[in-house]
Amino acid sequence: MSPEPTPSQTIGPFFHDALLDEKYSELVSLDHPEAIVIRGTVYDGAGEAVPDAMVEIWQANREGRYDRSTDGRHDPPPDEDFSGFGRSGTDAGGVFSFLTVKPGPVPGPDGQLQAPHVMVSVFARGLLKRLVTRIYFPDEEEANAVDPVLSSVEDQGLRRTLIARDEGDALRFDIHLQGDGQTAFFAF
Amino acid sequence: MRQQPTDETGGLRPEDNGQPPYLYPDYVATRLRAPKEPLIILPKTLSDTTGPAYGRGPIGELDNDLTRQHGGEPLGERIIVAGRVFDGDGRPVRKSLVEIWQANAAGRYTHHLDQHPAPLDPNFSGAGRCLTDDEGRYRFVTVKPGAYPWKNHDNAWRPAHIHFSLFGPAFRSRLITQMYFPGDPLFEQDPIFRSVRDREARQRMISTFDLETTQPEWALGYRFDIVLEGRTATPMENPR
Repeated sequence: MSPEPTPSQTIGPFFHDALLDEKYSELVSLDHPEAIVIRGTVYDGAGEAVPDAMVEIWQANREGRYDRSTDGRHDPPPDEDFSGFGRSGTDAGGVFSFLTVKPGPVPGPDGQLQAPHVMVSVFARGLLKRLVTRIYFPDEEEANAVDPVLSSVEDQGLRRTLIARDEGDALRFDIHLQGDGQTAFFAF
Repeated sequence: MRQQPTDETGGLRPEDNGQPPYLYPDYVATRLRAPKEPLIILPKTLSDTTGPAYGRGPIGELDNDLTRQHGGEPLGERIIVAGRVFDGDGRPVRKSLVEIWQANAAGRYTHHLDQHPAPLDPNFSGAGRCLTDDEGRYRFVTVKPGAYPWKNHDNAWRPAHIHFSLFGPAFRSRLITQMYFPGDPLFEQDPIFRSVRDREARQRMISTFDLETTQPEWALGYRFDIVLEGRTATPMENPR
């Protein structure tokens, strides 16, 4: 018999010193030729910025490989310098930010490929368990159109919340926890 | 005034797996932060059956001893908190990062936003981390945190707790929780603790006093085992 899971509890307001470090939000160095910035603001149901959230990302490298320890595939080779994991607090204005690279496509259900995407966890005071969402890329219209997860989101408005916006110097991915324009969140 | 729901009948659904809901109005901060749209079920793919091997960064020798991070020893009751981390199949989670943070013995965090008028301890920062060993074991030395007031409702106090952050084998298994101490009189009025509606599930957040972990003439021991959702990936589960 499988053991019962330990319940989740909120991260609370006082996690910063223990969990955050400036460099955790930089998955690649600033001078990386393919570096991109993904940033956004976390909003609550009243439209107020959430200044005490923590956002984590998990993604494949440019070739679509996850970090070698749990990605069982042998080809293509992993990128030794790219962990695929990042963590950012939100600032007083509710803003988080990551410096990373765009991931390649990865396998999905039934042998399909998934469009390039970044897995996201959101933690905050007032969230008794994390919220899970995904960041998709605006320049991948064709791949997005056939992505099995995006396609499973029937509500077009909700579906649009999963695609980042190109702002020139950065990709914007705002996270609305509740209310008008709420972000699509996932469960396992 | 909202009536306190009773635990025996209160909203437990089997699919909750003992997890709290997003919206638990007694915990006021959930009211504007809980999503209202239904969650979308994510099919299992490599994106969530893999996860960060975050433990490869350097971990200092004293990172799991919160009583030795400064010039002197912190005030308070010295304790050892130890246990094992398991995946959803009951297998030990090996070489995985465990991070903790907590208030000092007076109930005060070092965090700049903590306004509780209790003393800071210059010898206590309240943050630690370690990697689980090959049997999934972890161990911290610290001081027992104090209870502290918060402004959720009139005369609201949090039961003493230590925050735990765990990664486990996969993105799916990520967990942040709080470890409580046995017999705390504050459980019954704490909406964060009570947000877990199933009484048995609540017990899984409470450490047990453990004489074997206790070191004679030195420190009381508490045991806290943690079970993560999701399982350790095997090569069979990974599509090529």
